[in-house]
Amino acid sequence: MTTTFVGMPPFPSAARTALADTQLRTNLAHATGTIRAKRTAVVAEIDDWEELRLAGAAIKDNALMHLGSHLVRLETALAERGATVHWARDAAEACAVVSTVARSHGVDEVVKVKSMATAEIGLNEALAAQGIAAWETDLAELIVQLGDDLPSHILVPAIHRNRAEIRDIFASAMGEVGRAAPDDLTDDPSRLAEAARLHLREKFLRARVAVSGANFAVAETGTLVVVESEGNGRMCLTLPQVLVSVVGIEKVVPTWSDLDVFLQLLPRSSTGERMNPYTSTWTGVTPGDGPQEVHVVLLDNGRTRALADTVGRQALRCIRCSACLNVCPVYERTGGHAYGSVYPGPIGAILNPLLTGVGVDEQTDSLPYASTLCGACFDACPVRIDIPSVLVDLRAQVIDAHRSAPGHRHVPNAEALAMRAVSWVLSSGARLGLAERGTGLLGRASTLLGQRTSPGVAVRWPGCLALGRRGRMRATCPLRRPSRSGAGGGAPPAAAPRQVGRERSFGHPGSHRGSAVIGRPVAGACPTVVPVLA
Amino acid sequence: MRVALMVTCINDALFPDVGKAVVTLLRRLGVHVDFPEAQTCCGQPFVNTGYLDEAVPVVRSFVSAFDDYDYVVTPSGSCAGSVRHQHALVAGRSGDAGLATAVAGIAPRVLELSEFLVGVVGVTDVGASFPHTVTYHPTCHSLRMLRIGDLPLLLLRQVRGIRLVELADAESCCGFGGTFAVKNPDVSVAMGADKARHVTESGAEVLVAGDSSCLMQIGGMLSRQRAGVRTMHLAEVLASTSGAAHPVDSVASR
Repeated sequence: MTTTFVGMPPFPSAARTALADTQLRTNLAHATGTIRAKRTAVVAEIDDWEELRLAGAAIKDNALMHLGSHLVRLETALAERGATVHWARDAAEACAVVSTVARSHGVDEVVKVKSMATAEIGLNEALAAQGIAAWETDLAELIVQLGDDLPSHILVPAIHRNRAEIRDIFASAMGEVGRAAPDDLTDDPSRLAEAARLHLREKFLRARVAVSGANFAVAETGTLVVVESEGNGRMCLTLPQVLVSVVGIEKVVPTWSDLDVFLQLLPRSSTGERMNPYTSTWTGVTPGDGPQEVHVVLLDNGRTRALADTVGRQALRCIRCSACLNVCPVYERTGGHAYGSVYPGPIGAILNPLLTGVGVDEQTDSLPYASTLCGACFDACPVRIDIPSVLVDLRAQVIDAHRSAPGHRHVPNAEALAMRAVSWVLSSGARLGLAERGTGLLGRASTLLGQRTSPGVAVRWPGCLALGRRGRMRATCPLRRPSRSGAGGGAPPAAAPRQVGRERSFGHPGSHRGSAVIGRPVAGACPTVVPVLA
Repeated sequence: MRVALMVTCINDALFPDVGKAVVTLLRRLGVHVDFPEAQTCCGQPFVNTGYLDEAVPVVRSFVSAFDDYDYVVTPSGSCAGSVRHQHALVAGRSGDAGLATAVAGIAPRVLELSEFLVGVVGVTDVGASFPHTVTYHPTCHSLRMLRIGDLPLLLLRQVRGIRLVELADAESCCGFGGTFAVKNPDVSVAMGADKARHVTESGAEVLVAGDSSCLMQIGGMLSRQRAGVRTMHLAEVLASTSGAAHPVDSVASR
């Protein structure tokens, strides 16, 4: 596969292309709608789901706070059980470890368990450059690889494809890289699965080296964990003699009892299942059983950078469930390719800038703005990552990076100038009043413009048409002068707060408790409810 | 009890009838409400676009306009959410401990209209009459920042003559998102189009919501489609009585 995300345009431009694809829109709406309904149903079965979320967030925060000691403990435990531990600062170092291991065994192919970390570092492309073919064995990854395509979802990389498209990809591409699909292949799911099973089986039985990631790494015993649905992962993890696992350093959990929480949170949030069909755990080398040479590559690649970000570090709690993608109204319409990364959707919109930094390239800087801040992602996140707050913080980082950039210090762009001007107007009621009077003419002109512009122009911001209905509370309000003699008077109520739900603490990572409550008035201060017309 | 109306910049500039409806409604309920003329904007447009420095003087302006009041009532879940969840962030940026203290003190007293009516005034039947078929869109920030739940529906269900119908996929975003609509117009329109379709399919003649910005987005769609569904703010429906029905073409639709 030669396709990569390098050189993708900024989000608004890529999104425009995606939105024009009607087949994509249909496929996405169907797929995300189905998985959303499944998730909602299985989460509703758990009475203490909120407590589980809080526990998941707390365990990850604690693990990240003492990341160094947990990683050293993990390394020690792995080494004691016969694994070789490698530390990789970036993608190049991690890819070099894998290709060195593969070449030391003289192979020209490896089989792969579905892994976000290896996609992040571009391992397949790096191995291809060394003459080593990396075969994806996860069904959806296989579809993407055979179609010379890019993944568009964390969990279901081929979510943008429907059955008919998958049938065509299998029929045309399988034969070029292995066992061909049967001539009479249809788009029936069981026939497609059978074709994939037969195609992959010969690769499993032939491969001598396998590559995986890990969902979790348990520090106390040095155990790696992979959860999956298909069993292809377990084939890779047990059949070949050599296993190399590339694991992000944030995957570490201190103990098995910590793992318990995530094995409840992850399947329900990702596939909408109570439990995933296959959970594989392995601890170094087990003599006479499974791979006899085990390597673990502990990958940084920007994670320590994200950890240093006091607001954004909560993104490292992510367990790659993809619930935020499935509930995101933006993702549902654009799909994953528009985000220009293996990490699309709301988590990608924060994770990519956190891993690579902002103010460097336009594509990354566009990602924090690829959200309406509707908050659906936070509600769905099993580890309570406050994605909207991180997005807002990253937007400030983007603007600040441009403020301090050499070329921009003296020549701010139009948006920055407008923001400064509007800020000056909105910092004073008197200035706003003058501005509103001054823009009366503009409003009338906008009305004419709105009525005469073709939909293609005006519809770009539908609300702008409403300018024609402008008017001013300030000029028309029956209460021109603020009165200081309010009915009842006295101090604000202090007793019997009523809170309808837990508020989201905006901009305060680590805290989830809202501060605003609705108070009931103290006795005597309650305004009489009399239906008297004003 | 001193109560101020925070009308919001968007209502002040584009939909002043919404502010007038709040005043009419609160007076009818015996609540004296002031309109501090020094008020401008909550500052959310700056914060959500990344211009924190520019938000600082706007938040200062907000504090000086409203600090003296026991309650600040606003016909916007989004602006109330901004005050309660973002002003601390802006104050922190300013490095001004006095401003941080002030925003921490005022934030809990800023309530969205339905929070104030149900939680403070203690009323769900506001004596309104609105004999029309209505569907309700719960706006994202009222739902997922303020967590007001079904408070607006508690109020709407008591309105005389109203017929409430279900809105499919009600809790999904309309696609406005402030500057999102400017920076990502294509996605914004795609989301708004789906929302407008659900509104049309609901069979309602009026779409009601608690935020004029969202109504502007959806209303812009509906009016361009000549869909025959108008949009009204929650305050305008609640202000309507059998003797003084609110003008039906008031908000964001033409």
